[in-house]
Amino acid sequence: MGLEVLRAGLQSTVQDQGRLGYAHLGVSASGAADNFSLRIGNILVGNPKQSAGIEMTIIGDKYRFKSDAYIALTGSQFEAELDNKPIPFWQGWSINKGQILDIRSTKTGARCYLCVAGGINIEDVMGAKTTHLTSGIGGTHGRILKKLDELDFGTLDDSINPVKKLNESITADNKIIRVTKGIQWLWFHKKQKNKFFQHQYRVTDLSNRMGLRLIGNTINNKKESEIITAGIPLGAIQIPGDGQPIISFVEHQTTGGYPIIANVISADLRKVGQLKPGDYFQFELTSFSRAEKLKVDQEKFIHSSHHD
Amino acid sequence: MELGHKISESTHKKIFTLITHLIRNPIHGVVNIHPGYSSMLLTLDKMANIDDTIRVVENILDVVQNSEPPEGKLVEVPVLYGGNYGKDIQRVVQFSKLSEGEIIQRHQTRNYLVYFLGFSPGFPYLGGMDQDLTTPRIQTPRKRVPQGSVAIAGGQTGIYPFPSPGGWNLIGRTPLKIFNISNPQNSLIQMGDKVQFKSISKDKYELLKESNGA
Repeated sequence: MGLEVLRAGLQSTVQDQGRLGYAHLGVSASGAADNFSLRIGNILVGNPKQSAGIEMTIIGDKYRFKSDAYIALTGSQFEAELDNKPIPFWQGWSINKGQILDIRSTKTGARCYLCVAGGINIEDVMGAKTTHLTSGIGGTHGRILKKLDELDFGTLDDSINPVKKLNESITADNKIIRVTKGIQWLWFHKKQKNKFFQHQYRVTDLSNRMGLRLIGNTINNKKESEIITAGIPLGAIQIPGDGQPIISFVEHQTTGGYPIIANVISADLRKVGQLKPGDYFQFELTSFSRAEKLKVDQEKFIHSSHHD
Repeated sequence: MELGHKISESTHKKIFTLITHLIRNPIHGVVNIHPGYSSMLLTLDKMANIDDTIRVVENILDVVQNSEPPEGKLVEVPVLYGGNYGKDIQRVVQFSKLSEGEIIQRHQTRNYLVYFLGFSPGFPYLGGMDQDLTTPRIQTPRKRVPQGSVAIAGGQTGIYPFPSPGGWNLIGRTPLKIFNISNPQNSLIQMGDKVQFKSISKDKYELLKESNGA
């Protein structure tokens, strides 16, 4: 039971819900950049939440299936063909042994996911399968997939039924990223904060799973440029000395020294995972209670998908 | 949570005591704990209630705040200083106006407190460096700092357990495996430990590197 990589994309990795519980040792969670899409993909093939899938970035992989399989593609729409015929996203699909799945360039956002019934079965490292590329931990030897890699599928517990198709359109608009006030919010004058929200930022080439470096309005703060080194959460927006924001992402440093002006709300982290170099977007301030509600709504939506 | 406003051993002790307790007795809904010099960040499960969790942690802090943290151990870290293994040691010479020999001597005479592990897996934030060795970060950070590099940034010193990008001045390298992926809780250097560096020869470095498989 498994598949073989015939051609590797730009940056494909095995991902799951993240390696939790080791931040005090300097290990950030990693996990799927668009966690929402991976979870929906797992529901579509009948996997439990923690199953691993393959995350593809900008350009996808080409695979040969070594056995029958049941798969789903989720996330951003990429050009994708099964034996030279287009294959739809966001629904379960049966694959016969020997079939070739070719996933090429993205048509929209940065990442898509391949989920397979039974999950990608590789050895756990520190309790998870996610690849942490920056430190080379987990996944396939801590690295991106390459040609001739072979990945096995796990066996499936029959208790969860696949969901054939989702009714609602579930793509998100990446043009607005909502944030709440960060811990150093008061370090910035009102004028600087206005600059932060007024105009769009562009995602630069120096962006990856560790962080997204942005270009746009320069933000100055009224205090020192560095704080006493402290913990950094996923989605923290740091303002370094040059005033250009950095969004800390799934492979973020567990601690850092730049002031945090704002934090991306949980419900919008999936959008950050779909931003690619050259994309423009704008930050929008929202309240903690609104952020909490949007997060709960997203969780409810994911749970309700089980019973469609 | 802020537990102090500056870098001090007493604040470190408070944080260390609290974190040790939280690691041994996990709170429902807390998925990650990030210690800092004077603060602690908790990240919560998506469905956890923030206010409830804060209340629970505050109660624990009340209970543990007068207890002593566990005793850290002294870890000797062998280092091959200078040359190709510490390419920036001449920068430290330049800024400190000390000779290379004097720098190595001063760097290895101190015991450094491991304030916490952060940044990347197993990276120890060490306190107590001789301030005469203070050297600003290099202008353009390296894309890849070799595994085991011992380095100085400003008034701080540290060790890179994994190859990673970095802007610190490299002064040497240790052959030891700092972070243990298969048993991370028992890695060589832990929060609350003391680190002492010890200068070794190239031969000794190669020998240790082989036996450590690092």
